[in-house]
Amino acid sequence: MSGALLSVEDVAVDLPTPRGNLRAVDHVDLVVGAGKTLGIVGESGCGKTMLSRAILQLLPKKAKLSGRVMFDGQDLPALSAEKLRKLRGRSLAVVFQDPMTSLNPVLTIGTQLTETMQEHLELDLANARQRAIELLAAVGIPAPEQRLSQYPHQLSGGMRQRVAIAVALSCEPKLLIADEPTTALDVTIQAQILDLLAREQQRRHMAMIIITHDLGVVAGRTDEVAVMYAGRVVERAPTPSLFKQMRMPYTEALLAALPKLDAAPHTPLPAISGRPPDPTRPLKGCSFSPRCRYSAGRCGTEKPHLSAAEAPDHLYACFHPIAAGANA
Amino acid sequence: MMLQAVSDPLLKVENLVVEYSVGGKTIHAVSDVSLDIARGETLGLVGESGCGKSTLGRAVLQLRQAVSGKVLFDGHDLTELRGEALRRMRRRVQLIFQDPIASLNPRRRIGDIVAEPLVIAGVKDPEERRQRVNEVLSAVGLDPALVSGRLPHEFSGGQCQRICIARALVLNPEFVICDEPVSALDVSIRAQILNLLEEMKTRYGLTLLFIAHDLAVVKAVSDRVAVMYLGRLCEVGPSEQLFARPAHPYTALLIEAIPVPDPDVRPTQSIPVGEPPSPIAPPSGCRFRTRCPRADARCSSEVPELRLVAPGQLAACHHPLI
Repeated sequence: MSGALLSVEDVAVDLPTPRGNLRAVDHVDLVVGAGKTLGIVGESGCGKTMLSRAILQLLPKKAKLSGRVMFDGQDLPALSAEKLRKLRGRSLAVVFQDPMTSLNPVLTIGTQLTETMQEHLELDLANARQRAIELLAAVGIPAPEQRLSQYPHQLSGGMRQRVAIAVALSCEPKLLIADEPTTALDVTIQAQILDLLAREQQRRHMAMIIITHDLGVVAGRTDEVAVMYAGRVVERAPTPSLFKQMRMPYTEALLAALPKLDAAPHTPLPAISGRPPDPTRPLKGCSFSPRCRYSAGRCGTEKPHLSAAEAPDHLYACFHPIAAGANA
Repeated sequence: MMLQAVSDPLLKVENLVVEYSVGGKTIHAVSDVSLDIARGETLGLVGESGCGKSTLGRAVLQLRQAVSGKVLFDGHDLTELRGEALRRMRRRVQLIFQDPIASLNPRRRIGDIVAEPLVIAGVKDPEERRQRVNEVLSAVGLDPALVSGRLPHEFSGGQCQRICIARALVLNPEFVICDEPVSALDVSIRAQILNLLEEMKTRYGLTLLFIAHDLAVVKAVSDRVAVMYLGRLCEVGPSEQLFARPAHPYTALLIEAIPVPDPDVRPTQSIPVGEPPSPIAPPSGCRFRTRCPRADARCSSEVPELRLVAPGQLAACHHPLI
């Protein structure tokens, strides 16, 4: 597709384990346009984090990657380590669940911010310092000037995540990947951080991928959502149609299993029985079929492909999709 | 000052104060908290990390010593019991933790893990123990023949939480404290465990204190909800009423901050910036005042008492929303 900032084409990631080959990502295609926001939703082990590592070219050494990752006109797996390093700090940035993954505990906040900008933007120290103060203020850190001389351990979890976001934004990235950016944070702080990401994304016209297990996080804050299960994208659609016209039974079950604030107490939750398949023992048919209430016929023997039926931008991988408009 | 008196309380916490000393400084973890839990009721306790909700749960079980206050369980003050008398009482109160895998000894077989409370309680007959273990394992949806001889690492997080629930139920307790029992689980597994807890509550006639940070989870299982902030109780009330008409600005903020899985509900941009202050030096007066849009001079000089704002609903606020 032309005009795409990021296109992931037929990407698969295999990890050797003592129990045999583990296919973490199973032939995934995704496109993110400039300035757009994509949500990737799924439970633990569904491959969402491995997929983001594949995009960032930060896979474990023993992992095998196939397929193409085109970013800003370049084929990332083909780039040299040096070129990748330049790209990652600059136009491709990441925020992890635990801010301490990206912050260095023995360097001050100021050093970590100015170092990045001196390296990638070739600013002198005074200018880098000035920009660091502006960035900290932009991400909502009070008294930013004093913070420059502090170490990460002197800040709360929410403040550290703000600093990690400031570092990620410091070189004006074209794409920000936020991997469970608020999972470790309290609910009021989560809302603040999501607001901050949304505001900065719009202001900078930056593209963003939000990876989360929480459908609530992507509902109001993304243009498109991809739902992953057992290494594959099983449904992908513009956010409003995903929530209003979901076709894939797994998406429906995932949404139904969430406790609702408007439900009366003690209402039994429609739980999904069983658990995801062992990724080292792939199923022949649809991976969700053993847990799916619509499963029938070829679901157990044949893999459904991700394809569009009625609307060209609404893709799903299911032989027995939920009727269009059933849950509108 | 016992406005929230419920009829036939199984647990009565009165003016409980718990403090820790860390590096010569005092952490005010629980400050003057009073609550009642009626027999057969589920009381949800919500709040953000560091608000003292877990400490409160542990102080009920006397796993944390209170500085002052009482914990009356079925009329007995647990803070005054020691040794054998306390151990005897503890059999009637059990605890389920957040991390199910970490709460199981990795080297012991599931059958032995679940039987251990019986051994400690002095059930000598192995056959009697085995029968009771099989009974609770079946009740939580596990096949005793398949799981008893296996080790914890062979199970997923959701299954480990089922094992923890079986262990908590093996002594037939009356009261179970669930401390974030589903926070570490995936959405699809979380629903299974919440349903199981509800089922067990009905089957064994339990009374529950359900501690969690997730309001939607708490609402799904609780008859009444108590909201804590920085060691103090902000608000208590019947679940539906509290969520429909919160009286305390902090409760309202918590509800507003929940991400709703509906694309038509645009996220509010009105969440005030700021974080809870340190429990080492909590603000004077109302502890929420530093983040509260309604705060005035009175809020910094006078600690708000819990008072009735609607039938069964109490809030500790000088300027309640209702």
